Amino acid sequence: MREPGKAPTHRLRSAIADAIIAALIAFLLFCLTLGVRTVDSVQGLKLLPRPLLLAIVVGIVFVGRLALSLFWWNRSWTLPKSVWWPLRWRLPKFPLPKLAREGAAGHLGALSLVIAAALFPIVTYALDRTFHLGLPLRYYFDLSILVLTYVMLGWGLNIVVGLAGLLDLGYVAFYAVGAYTFALLATTFGWSFWMCLPFAGLLAALWGIMLGFPVLRLRGDYLAIVTLAFGEIVRMVLLNWTNLTNGPNGISNIPKPTFFGLPFGRTAAGGGETFSSFFGLRYDPIHAVIFLYYVIFALALVTNLVTLRLRRLPIGRAWEAMREDEIACRSLGINTTITKLTAFGTGALFGGFAGSFFATRQGFISPESFTFMESATILAIVVLGGMGSQLGVALSAIVMVGGFEALRHTSGLKVIFGSDFDPSLYRMLLFGLAMVAIMVWRPRGIIGSRAPSITLGKRRAIKGDLVKEGRA
Amino acid sequence: MAYFLQQLINGLALGSIYGLIAIGYTMVYGIIGMINFAHGDIFMVSSFIALIAFLALMSAGVTFIPLALVLVLIIAMVLTAVWGWTVERVAYRPLRESFRLAPLITAIGMSIVLQNFIQVAQGARVKPLPPVVTGGYQITEQNGFVVNLSNIQILVVVTTFVLMGVFWLIITRTALGRAQRACEQDRLMAALCGVNVDRTISLTFVLGAALAAVAGLLYLLYYGVIDFFIGFVAGIKAFTAAVLGGIGSLPGAMLGGLVIGLIETFWSAYAPHGPEYKDVAAFSMLALVLIFFPTGLLGRPEVEKV
Repeated sequence: MREPGKAPTHRLRSAIADAIIAALIAFLLFCLTLGVRTVDSVQGLKLLPRPLLLAIVVGIVFVGRLALSLFWWNRSWTLPKSVWWPLRWRLPKFPLPKLAREGAAGHLGALSLVIAAALFPIVTYALDRTFHLGLPLRYYFDLSILVLTYVMLGWGLNIVVGLAGLLDLGYVAFYAVGAYTFALLATTFGWSFWMCLPFAGLLAALWGIMLGFPVLRLRGDYLAIVTLAFGEIVRMVLLNWTNLTNGPNGISNIPKPTFFGLPFGRTAAGGGETFSSFFGLRYDPIHAVIFLYYVIFALALVTNLVTLRLRRLPIGRAWEAMREDEIACRSLGINTTITKLTAFGTGALFGGFAGSFFATRQGFISPESFTFMESATILAIVVLGGMGSQLGVALSAIVMVGGFEALRHTSGLKVIFGSDFDPSLYRMLLFGLAMVAIMVWRPRGIIGSRAPSITLGKRRAIKGDLVKEGRA
Repeated sequence: MAYFLQQLINGLALGSIYGLIAIGYTMVYGIIGMINFAHGDIFMVSSFIALIAFLALMSAGVTFIPLALVLVLIIAMVLTAVWGWTVERVAYRPLRESFRLAPLITAIGMSIVLQNFIQVAQGARVKPLPPVVTGGYQITEQNGFVVNLSNIQILVVVTTFVLMGVFWLIITRTALGRAQRACEQDRLMAALCGVNVDRTISLTFVLGAALAAVAGLLYLLYYGVIDFFIGFVAGIKAFTAAVLGGIGSLPGAMLGGLVIGLIETFWSAYAPHGPEYKDVAAFSMLALVLIFFPTGLLGRPEVEKV
């Protein structure tokens, strides 16, 4: 089918035959699962046929497959020279060519991203209040906080998956440990967010090390399954240990963080100063949201900085060496026990921080929030961004979490798909498809790079064939 | 004693279903050395196919239950086999020479896709089916506690063991089985000897999915209620069963399935807070087996070559 040079009529015929087979397979796949919908009725389940939908899907498969085999897989054409030739000469003249060549374009992009993130709430708030634009600030900030939480979680998991090469499917367990530690300390002993934060992180790290111990001997895929089991065990214990965790009802009334002891409410509980009265500002509930934004922004930046610095320390280099080849690593005298445990512990530490932030922001937590799907989402963000790449993880979190949330409020889609169209339903579906597609076409992620952090002499990316045979 | 006997019966029926799913894991692991994480969700899809096919046959006027069940079984096996084939073709074959974790990541992706596809296409609510196979036998009675052996339990166990027998014949007696065992030992050598490796691997997925479809139908008949999430927990338990029995070994998968089914049932029946923590028990079993007993009951130790 894919050899060029066949007679055109023959190629067309075989392409059509191929597309018919593809359409037939699509029909078999979807005829019952998509073509018929089960609906509840008084007499039990009823079937609702959807032949049009089925026909559309099968038609798309047919046309798509036909187009691919006619115009893409057997293409003999290339882009005309007039299209790509000017581009070729324009690209090196892009500003700062020298920086770009040495990979500093990424640094520049990252730096501008950080500055933009730092200025974003202040600038939008100032603009809105000065010019009375009436922007939905609360929504913007809540969404950015959500995105930043996932950025932080992605960076935390990136230490374990991207740097150390240990596929951890139970990362959400540490997120849960952090959240419950803070929630329980705060509601039982009345400790403040800032007092609990180190405890939550340390406890999560301890759990990371404790769960890391038994899995030390396991290789790649077995390790992944055991971490998944641990994640589920933690969730089920939280769900069933009702005396401590209040079971499925969760813990509510978790206090908000204060600004050096100044609460953000309209009035302070003991009649003391509030944030707005202390600084002589008019009370505005948005202040608390902006403050939360900066808290998670700072936490995420700390995660990033620690990771970047750790990568240059011996332990970080040991992580990267272990990722590339564990056996070679051990024969060179690196203690893989310590290396694995520190990776688990450090990853879990940041998971715990993110968890306490999640608890304080929501004010309410329950085991619902810590399912395997959450782990899978974070893993998808890391995989799509490119395992090991900090910038890639941040960008994929922005696109995957922020993008879909934004889509939900796009009215154009509602016009096309009907008013009850909810894109967030399709989010996980697309996540899964994207995970598969990325692994098939770009196994190192969108911005994935596996250049070692420290090299002797010339810096060079690790070759593709080495990655392929690697026992990562 | 009567209570124990009842739990034994329940455990065997549950274990048979796990065993059928576990065969899919163990065959795939044996032949290409990857955990087909999406296999549990293939099982889930198959139970949806079975449910819809059953309802469709009922509304089409096929009301003779045994005939309807046989037809549903065939439809579910065929359509689920197509799903298994497609998943392998789309998500695993392109990655066969890639780094070790890549197929596992796509398998997780595929699992997410299948779950959410069913959730979007069929809705997130649980789907109940009124009991189809009813009736049963009273075995004994002791202090007012009646031990029941229901027809559905007999159906589950008998179907499982008949299919296991058929399957065992396929693996040991046919050319396909020989090709499979050859690929398991050395894929390159098998290819050099004229075995079509791609086709053999595809057929492995097809067979695994067909058995998962049997499990899906039996699960639907046994519990009478399914949702898009059943594949996750059932898949992990079946994987535990495959590892416990010795991954790569077919009788091991069946044995492991029965053991896991019994452990789960007895844990629910006898342990304090048993029903709440029965999944914790199964997941702990998984961790313990993988850590302390990775070769399983009937498996061969795996030697890592450099």
